[in-house]
Amino acid sequence: MKVNNVILQFTAKIVFFIIFFFAVHIFFAGHYTPGGGFVGGLVTASAIVLLVIAFDLNTVHKLLPINYIYVVAIGLILALGTAAISMFVEQPFFTHFFDYFYLPLFGKTSLHTAALFDLGVYLVVVGVTMTIIQTIGDDE
Amino acid sequence: MTILANTLVIFFISVGLLFIVVTVIGLVRLPDLYSRSHAASKSSTLGVMCILLGVFFHFWLNENHFNPGILLGVVFLFITGPVGAHIMSRSSYIAGVKPWSGTVRDDLKEEFKGKLKNKKI
Repeated sequence: MKVNNVILQFTAKIVFFIIFFFAVHIFFAGHYTPGGGFVGGLVTASAIVLLVIAFDLNTVHKLLPINYIYVVAIGLILALGTAAISMFVEQPFFTHFFDYFYLPLFGKTSLHTAALFDLGVYLVVVGVTMTIIQTIGDDE
Repeated sequence: MTILANTLVIFFISVGLLFIVVTVIGLVRLPDLYSRSHAASKSSTLGVMCILLGVFFHFWLNENHFNPGILLGVVFLFITGPVGAHIMSRSSYIAGVKPWSGTVRDDLKEEFKGKLKNKKI
């Protein structure tokens, strides 16, 4: 039976951006407030799952043509690479570095290599969740 | 100023609590799924929004901490609460849940008459 999903689809289009930008906020706020890579990744994955529910698996794959296995691989490489940077400057493995920079729009900002490690965690969580859901949902 | 801020906070949280109590009474007392979803979606959305506004005003006026995340939560609930109730009621109707026996008008019945017969619900 062909049903008319216009309300669900239109709401999903708007709510997707609210959830996604909230996930980005959680990710960047993780150093000083509750949040971080894991929660941000899960919220991002739930935003994509909302699109999958409202539309279709193939439509979402056309919209975001991403192979999530590669996202997991990139995340793992990023996390390992961040941990391995310190070995090149004769520091123990997993030593993090931070400094204060004056960026043009943000003013005085502290940039920390832990954010790169968190980005790796974020990509792994998004990739794993979306792989699980695509694999289960694609079962025909 | 503090008295004014506290009055605002207490007003919003009390109104929200009142609406949530009304929601619970409606969920227990109303006869069928559609009137229950009417009670649950409208008044609980307004109640939770009022409580969040009260929390927002408390942290803004008393603690001097402007938290836009709470406002985002209010907008999010305002968008998604009624849509969730709409989807649940619609899928219940398609799945064949009958309205209350005192219902006088059912416009959706004409819309789904031919289609529901094919599915044999």
